[in-house]
Amino acid sequence: MANIIEGIRYTKEHEWAKIEGDIAITGITDYAQSELSDIVMVEPPKIGRKIKANEAVGTIEAVKAVSDLYAPLSGEVIEVNEKVIKDPSIINKDPYNEGWLYKIKVTEPSEYDTLLTSEQYKALIAGH
Amino acid sequence: MLKKTPFYEMHIKNGAKIVEFANFLMPLQFEGIIPEHLTVRNGVGVFDVSHMGEIEITGPGRIEFANYITTNDVSKLQLNQVQYSTMLYPDGGIVDDLLVYNLKDRILLVVNAANTEKDFSWILKNKKFDVEIRNISDEIGQLAIQGPKSEIVLQRIVKFNLADLKYYWATETEINGVDVLLSRTGYTGEDGFEIYIDARYGEKIWEIIFEAGKDFGIKPIGLGARDTLRFEMRYCLYGNDIDQTTNPLEAGLGWVVKLNKGDFIGREALLKIKEAGLKRKLVGFEALGRGIPRPHLKIFNGNKEVGFVTSGTFSPSLKKGMGMGYVELPFSEPNTKLKVLAKEPVEVIVISGPFYKYGTHK
Repeated sequence: MANIIEGIRYTKEHEWAKIEGDIAITGITDYAQSELSDIVMVEPPKIGRKIKANEAVGTIEAVKAVSDLYAPLSGEVIEVNEKVIKDPSIINKDPYNEGWLYKIKVTEPSEYDTLLTSEQYKALIAGH
Repeated sequence: MLKKTPFYEMHIKNGAKIVEFANFLMPLQFEGIIPEHLTVRNGVGVFDVSHMGEIEITGPGRIEFANYITTNDVSKLQLNQVQYSTMLYPDGGIVDDLLVYNLKDRILLVVNAANTEKDFSWILKNKKFDVEIRNISDEIGQLAIQGPKSEIVLQRIVKFNLADLKYYWATETEINGVDVLLSRTGYTGEDGFEIYIDARYGEKIWEIIFEAGKDFGIKPIGLGARDTLRFEMRYCLYGNDIDQTTNPLEAGLGWVVKLNKGDFIGREALLKIKEAGLKRKLVGFEALGRGIPRPHLKIFNGNKEVGFVTSGTFSPSLKKGMGMGYVELPFSEPNTKLKVLAKEPVEVIVISGPFYKYGTHK
């Protein structure tokens, strides 16, 4: 069973976001990493890029498939996780902590409340 | 109705991620494609390949008939020798790629799972000489034990001296009193064996093999790693790299086509294709930077579309994106730089030979 943690929000595209002040940390969910399996390359958006919620902003490549990364929230990219770029298998091992992808300085904080709660996300992947 | 192999319960027990493949429920992966891939490159792994089809030809005309429906020269096979081959349509398109076993009183054709029914009908339709043809796929379980440590593991449970079994040779022997057909074959590039067993004894044999391999870190391997392993050797996969729209000459399989062996289905067409000259070739290429070529993507040279990707993935051994695809002849030379049209274009360079050059196959 995919691990879904409390206290963060989710998207239909299987990203997660956690907000602290006006900074959001994002990554992909445990379900997403398990579906992709063997992640070998990750291309998060570049630092300084202005992104919009739901926009395709990067890619994530596994042995078998490539998948788009969608921004969970609007804002500016202020940091990317260099560790996972070097060793993307970290995302498979620890998608919610060590495997975070990038940080956003959010410009539309109200968007966070429209993201899925853990309960809603649980229901979403139960249908898969 | 999806079929289960004799090893299905074992896969569940081993925590496999199960997928539907060629009408079978098959293990895609266990611990992950990359670790499984490396297990086979460095140690020993076991694949359930029971989904593969087995078609048996008996009768006095069996050699002549097998020679007529396949491209390699079956008449050259000694008793218990095996050969890789292709089966063609009259226009030179590929029906399937397969193994041909010349066994005591029978020829055994081992074909791709997705093609078993198609192949069987095709063979029946083209039946000639004095032969009987049977599809025995459902009665047989098949395991591939692959990796540099496969011989040492199997020798623990087989009396036959495996040092005497050469690459692409077979023997009919036994494991724990169960009759098996054992050949030194495989599709991984590593030393390895394939075992054909009566499906009813499958689980028992599986347990014996895993017990024998325990000290050597033997592990079950899924279809995911089967694909990356064959890919690194640049072996063709039917449905990806070859199919009815491709001929064996352009696919680099000319070495299993013996045009001078006498008549066979597809021969006339291949002679014409050869005379006219190839228009395209299946080549291998590696990514120069980041990015992974993926199947079906278009290949460009400058602004000109020159081909398409047939197989492409991240090579777990070489740690980069690599691909195979058909390109127009002028662009098939090694060192030709091409561009694969992914969302972010991937620069690639044509390279010759297998991607992975350190395979231990004999």
